[in-house]
Amino acid sequence: MPFIPHTKEDIREMLAAIGAPSIEALFDEIPQELRIKSLTGIPEGLAELEVGRLMTERAKLDGTPLSFIGAGAYEHHIPSAVWAITSRGEIYSAYTPYQAEASQGTLQAIYEYQTMIASLTGMQVSNATLYDGGSALAEAALMAVRAHRKSTSMRLLVPASVHPHYRKVAVAMAGNQDLVFDTIPYVRETGRIDMAALTAHAGEDITAVVIPQPNFFGVLEDVDALTDWAHAQGALVIAVVNPTSLALLKPPGEWGAKGVDIVVGEGQPLGVPLSSGGPYFGFMTTRMEHVRQMPGRIVGRTVDLDGREGFTLTLQAREQHIRRGKATSNICTNQGLLMTAATIYMSIMGPEGLERVAAQSAQRTRELVAALTRVKGVRKAFDSPHFHEAVLLLERPAAVVLRELADRGVLGGFDLAADYPELGSALLVCATETKTAADIDRYSAALAEALRAARAA
Amino acid sequence: MTQIPADIRYAKSHEWAKLLGDGSVEVGISDHAQGALGDLVFVEVPAVGRTLDAGEACAVVESVKAASDVYSPVAGTVTEVNGELANAPELINSDPYGAGWLFRLRPAAAGALDALLTAADYEAVLQAENA
Repeated sequence: MPFIPHTKEDIREMLAAIGAPSIEALFDEIPQELRIKSLTGIPEGLAELEVGRLMTERAKLDGTPLSFIGAGAYEHHIPSAVWAITSRGEIYSAYTPYQAEASQGTLQAIYEYQTMIASLTGMQVSNATLYDGGSALAEAALMAVRAHRKSTSMRLLVPASVHPHYRKVAVAMAGNQDLVFDTIPYVRETGRIDMAALTAHAGEDITAVVIPQPNFFGVLEDVDALTDWAHAQGALVIAVVNPTSLALLKPPGEWGAKGVDIVVGEGQPLGVPLSSGGPYFGFMTTRMEHVRQMPGRIVGRTVDLDGREGFTLTLQAREQHIRRGKATSNICTNQGLLMTAATIYMSIMGPEGLERVAAQSAQRTRELVAALTRVKGVRKAFDSPHFHEAVLLLERPAAVVLRELADRGVLGGFDLAADYPELGSALLVCATETKTAADIDRYSAALAEALRAARAA
Repeated sequence: MTQIPADIRYAKSHEWAKLLGDGSVEVGISDHAQGALGDLVFVEVPAVGRTLDAGEACAVVESVKAASDVYSPVAGTVTEVNGELANAPELINSDPYGAGWLFRLRPAAAGALDALLTAADYEAVLQAENA
């Protein structure tokens, strides 16, 4: 069978069957004035050789700066085997394997992924990925509203220390579906959730409380107390976590007396390259009791008619290919390839390898913070335990200092001015296992120079 | 052969409604509906105390093939739900007009069932669907 399914003859027959004169006629409901006659500003096609040269030249413009930016996307070492295996034909597909008899490789990879991510988060069931961490939080909010049938407020408490992009995405995706996101402030000295501000909501109808760990500042929250407080109010708990950190920290399934209800996060740290911001993938796990409200694909293990083990999509009765407009979600699996890479990354690293990555990242960040705070005009913003990121306060505007650093080949961190203006000149810095002591020395020396330059300007 | 008991009323969307001795109305899905859905694996019933309009989506029956909304045939307030279905959704397949009932409600108005289809009307609806 040819891979391209529609021959001219097929098209002619199909048009004849529905009585349409041409494909163009199928679009006649689109008014003429809305149609674009031809594309403008699109150059002629290039040969592969020319494209290769162009892309090489463009890539050179990026240079090879030393990056200390985290803020949701993390530079980890990716073993070469990860993408070599991911590109094998048996599993190289971004698409939903509806046809189980032709997709056992992909389906088993997804099943293994679900097992690993459920284990990492300490939950019972995982879906086969969402678009990214931000859309995962939005889907978790919508899911919480569906799952919490006693709560009618559709109101969620979201700490200001949740990734600002995730909060914006959640409002953009769910805000027009009558969900309300109330912000809980953080304490300026610690960078942690303001418990007094949170507990002021005691007794209210709250659908869910979002708890980040680590939070956007890299700071570790008192997740046990937060989870128990939320459950005492009858609210569900949505954890937003960094998957690498879970190799060291208590999994959300064990937070507090009962564990959380839904876990989401950004899967990029698990074997997905930074690639200028995407594509990445979001993960989501939950308890069995909420599985029917969980959006997206789920693969199950079963037996065929002859009793042989096999894998297939399961619990799909509420998904878009069956329920159409009434579906739980409209999630596609274009992140399937990244999920496959994450599965292979996790299987190559193993629990021990992942733990070493997490521990080294945390250690390097401690060394980075110690080195940078020895520079005149730099101090720590918060006095709290942190994972592999920390906020530094600079005596000159972060934007100016970052420009000076970039001139010296260092990407110094994420400027918090736009999202957290109350902090003044604040920089979120990150070090992973990819950074050496020499890298940290180089940043530290560059920062001293950058601040001197900024003072002189 | 699809069963359509003559002593209860029906909705075009394949629910049935039965007037009970205490004036409340019991609601379920028809034998035809359960047959079309196939083996039921999960049922979501409305919360007790919820006020429903006639025709409002208030429950979900999920089979291995699809999840479908159930619409309340009459307006009223939910007084009781069938707790057995949480562990045994197959009761709807085996006994759609008996042990497979979904919920009971106190109708907002007396005579609410009069507007619904009789068994003969419903049979005609099914025949029209098959035609």
